[in-house]
Amino acid sequence: MRNQIIAKAAAVAMTALVPGVAFAGGPVDDELVIDGEIEMITRTAPPEGHPLDEVLSGWLYRTDETRMLETDTFENPGMLEVDDGADLWNTVDGSAGKSCASCHGDAEESMAGVGASYPKWDEASNRPINVELQINKCRTEEMGAEAYKFDAPEQKALTAYVKHQSLGTPVAINLAEGHMQSWWDRGNELYYTRTGQLNLSCASCHEQNNGNYIRADHLSQGNVNGFPTYRLKQAKLISLHNRFRGCIRDTRAEFPAAFSDELMALEVYVTWRGTGLSVETPAVRQ
Amino acid sequence: MSWKPRAFLACLIVGLPALAAADALAPADVKFDDMSVSQSLTSKPGDPENGRKVFANRSLGNCLACHAVKDQSDQLFHGEVGPPLDGAADRWSEGELRAIVADAKEVFSEETVMPGFYSLNVGINVRKDLVGKTILTAQEVEDVVAYLATLKE
Ligand code: HEC
Ligand code: HEC
Repeated sequence: MRNQIIAKAAAVAMTALVPGVAFAGGPVDDELVIDGEIEMITRTAPPEGHPLDEVLSGWLYRTDETRMLETDTFENPGMLEVDDGADLWNTVDGSAGKSCASCHGDAEESMAGVGASYPKWDEASNRPINVELQINKCRTEEMGAEAYKFDAPEQKALTAYVKHQSLGTPVAINLAEGHMQSWWDRGNELYYTRTGQLNLSCASCHEQNNGNYIRADHLSQGNVNGFPTYRLKQAKLISLHNRFRGCIRDTRAEFPAAFSDELMALEVYVTWRGTGLSVETPAVRQ
Repeated sequence: MSWKPRAFLACLIVGLPALAAADALAPADVKFDDMSVSQSLTSKPGDPENGRKVFANRSLGNCLACHAVKDQSDQLFHGEVGPPLDGAADRWSEGELRAIVADAKEVFSEETVMPGFYSLNVGINVRKDLVGKTILTAQEVEDVVAYLATLKE
């Protein structure tokens, strides 16, 4: 019986090779240059211990039209919300009468490269924080303003504005700080944990099947270097934790709260998987 | 309570687990033997026409998410996560097809990404309203199996 199964498996492998049946999968061979000058790293060698041979940006898995939109900041529809973020940067809010600019001055200088190194260890809360949580920290502790609620338009715009100051900078997080390594470990475990009635893990789709179509969707490696990302389907910026929750929901599982320990651990780990890719915020995806 | 002496006797004699209310075998009672499930999950024969619909329907089988099949080329998008299913009935017996659809992990390996459509061996944190429920009903599995049995080359 075993032999019979093996023979059948071989037959299956053969059918999969019949041309004209399967779609032309895999990432494209293309280079992303923004505004004709910023050369983006969309494929790179993985960090040590990475399960894949090459780290690839989700940009390489999108259609010609979608890829084009990201090559020109004037055409990139996500830039409207980034501009809102620039306004918020300079807007005074809260009891201390301060704006972000009051403390950080010109974001083009003070925030250059900053977004590429988040999540970072936060000693005070004894956990990693991302750009969204850092902004909330500044608002509550320095400005006397309220924390933005998850996915408030201001939170997405300002996060995208801060990350956009790192456009082109390779993602590099520091796992040596605080207890970052144990959060990475937890994220690593979650990445391979199957959830929901469909019984799938992140790895089922983004590690084992990147390059393959799952019905109409071309699966990428699920890297996070473009977040917040402009999604054509939703016609607005989508935050990273929103995306995580959507993918988990699609396995027919209950999904964790935004900024929960689970999703922060996942963010640490998945950000590491994209080490070396240029920050693309705001990336354009389908 | 209605007393069904015939059904009761049949169970005693053949030694099969009792069929549930709707004459469907409970997921835990499905017997995998040599990578095959020879007993139908229901008492009603599968309907290949309905099986074809369940196969394509995104909220039911959504088999097209992962498998291409020429018979459904009217549908725009076919996935490529699993092998194309043209000729599946030439490669597998009906019992094997039933086993694959009911719980692919019993046939391929624990590692397969193909969900178990009539299994409660699922992932963690299942959506609350789906706890204890299978993706397809027993009859839908029979219908899909009947449809797969038509895929010959
Ligand atoms: C059932 C399949 C499936 C599973 C399971 C899944 N995803 Fe996804 N994911 C997709 C699809 C489809 C897309 C959109 C196409 C793409 O970019 O890959 C996507 C996109 C993403 C993106 C955006 C990539 C980009 O370039 O913008 C990230 C990040 C991501 N997934 C992370 C995850 C993580 C983390 C998990 C596990 C918690 C996960 N996914 C589980 C199907 C899945
Ligand atoms: C999430 C992906 C996924 C979904 C959804 C899925 N399958 Fe599969 N299926 C696979 C994979 C992958 C294999 C190959 C075995 C392996 O590698 O684990 C497979 C194998 C098979 C095979 C044997 C392949 C052959 O042709 O010899 C059959 C038959 C099959 N699937 C039927 C179905 C049916 C019917 C459904 C829906 C009710 C379905 N599958 C849904 C992924 C999937």
